[in-house]
Amino acid sequence: MTFDFTFFSGSLLQTYVLHGFLFSLQLTVLATCGGIVLGTVLALMRLSQRALFHWPATVYVNGMRSIPLVMVLLWFFLLMPFLLGRSIGAEVSAVITFIAFEAAFFCEIIRSGIQSIPKGQTSAAIALGLSQQQTLRWIVLPQALRNMTPILLTQVIILFQDTSLVYAIGAYDMLKGFEIAGKNSGRPVEAYLAAALIYFLICFSLSQLVRHLQQRTSFTK
Amino acid sequence: MIHLSKVNKSYGTVKVLIDCSLTVKKGEVVVICGPSGSGKSTLIKTLNALEPVQSGEISVNGVVVNDAATNLSELRSQVGMVFQHFELFPHLSVLDNLRLAQIQVLGRDHTEATQRAQSLLSRVGLQAHAHKFPTQLSGGQQQRVAIARALAMDPVVMLFDEPTSALDPEMVGEVLDVMVQLAQEGMTMMCVTHEMGFARRVAHRVIFMDGGCILEDCSSAEFFGDVTQRTPRAQEFLSKVLAH
Repeated sequence: MTFDFTFFSGSLLQTYVLHGFLFSLQLTVLATCGGIVLGTVLALMRLSQRALFHWPATVYVNGMRSIPLVMVLLWFFLLMPFLLGRSIGAEVSAVITFIAFEAAFFCEIIRSGIQSIPKGQTSAAIALGLSQQQTLRWIVLPQALRNMTPILLTQVIILFQDTSLVYAIGAYDMLKGFEIAGKNSGRPVEAYLAAALIYFLICFSLSQLVRHLQQRTSFTK
Repeated sequence: MIHLSKVNKSYGTVKVLIDCSLTVKKGEVVVICGPSGSGKSTLIKTLNALEPVQSGEISVNGVVVNDAATNLSELRSQVGMVFQHFELFPHLSVLDNLRLAQIQVLGRDHTEATQRAQSLLSRVGLQAHAHKFPTQLSGGQQQRVAIARALAMDPVVMLFDEPTSALDPEMVGEVLDVMVQLAQEGMTMMCVTHEMGFARRVAHRVIFMDGGCILEDCSSAEFFGDVTQRTPRAQEFLSKVLAH
């Protein structure tokens, strides 16, 4: 079997792949930002002494983490039209599902980050008269976020790879773009190989960045 | 200034403070000593409600500490506290360590907070280090920054929780110097410490604790003077710490 990559051209990539690639990026960025915000809220709820906050967050996080992402994607996509009476489209559905799903994972990263800050730091802040919220905002979260940057980035890499799962609901992402480009040119194997290469390049450079960050933070300690 | 009356605290069935009562007048320097686990640190942490108590009454500067209606943030800002392990905020510069609570709690503006921070840093001899981060300083320097940070809030009382226990021997002196200066300026101070030289030289009173009880509460002249007048437990303690 011989590979033939000559069918790849700028216009082919632009027609089929580019907007899928942009959607994959967009999905990653939105799921990361939304997931971190929602994950922080969930983490604070899980750390709360009050059962009213603690239990719903715990059930949510453990539930989400026990179901495969592809099933959550499917269910949400298929159930939404029943609840809303109309379809919200595969792309919007994917963004919402990813934020909701990734928040559970970010929650656990953020929770352990918060717990890694020594109790003496909180005591010192409280002793200065800072309120609990101010202590969290100025003392705990900045330090926790710095400590967990490498592991958060690692989660983003996984998240980027997972975006390819939107094929299950027919959203047009990068993989889909390559698939269609391959089908239209009669070269599906080469197209999938090219897709794999792009995923590899992006994820590998991100993980090099994580390594670099880890070395830098370990120096300052 | 400080008043404790029949204060009790326990963790489950373990009693850590038993019927502790004491009064500290304005400008007094009180040293609390005693063996490890005797409740010394817990006692001073009840004064700014870092440690809640089960019964008794605590008041600082006329404010009842263990009253649900008390504005704890305001009270704590008036009670400076220095910790054994400094507890500077590692992600903030020295200057920001001193500015943060001034701005967030006292509502001072940036310029005012900076001026106050800088004048305190020069007072503890560290004005040149204002823009460094805590990890770039020695232990003694960090503890002096921590004292300056507490003073920046213009406290009416300063609490010290074993301020020199985590320091290299060479650095104990520079921290004690700052504390002596503070005492001479008339600051009301309560200090948990094993530095008996400091207690003898600077303290007006010495409190000796064991097993959660205050066993001795007398002037430092009395405490270090006629040892035979002390309780047997205090005699034993003194014979050990003063032997070398």
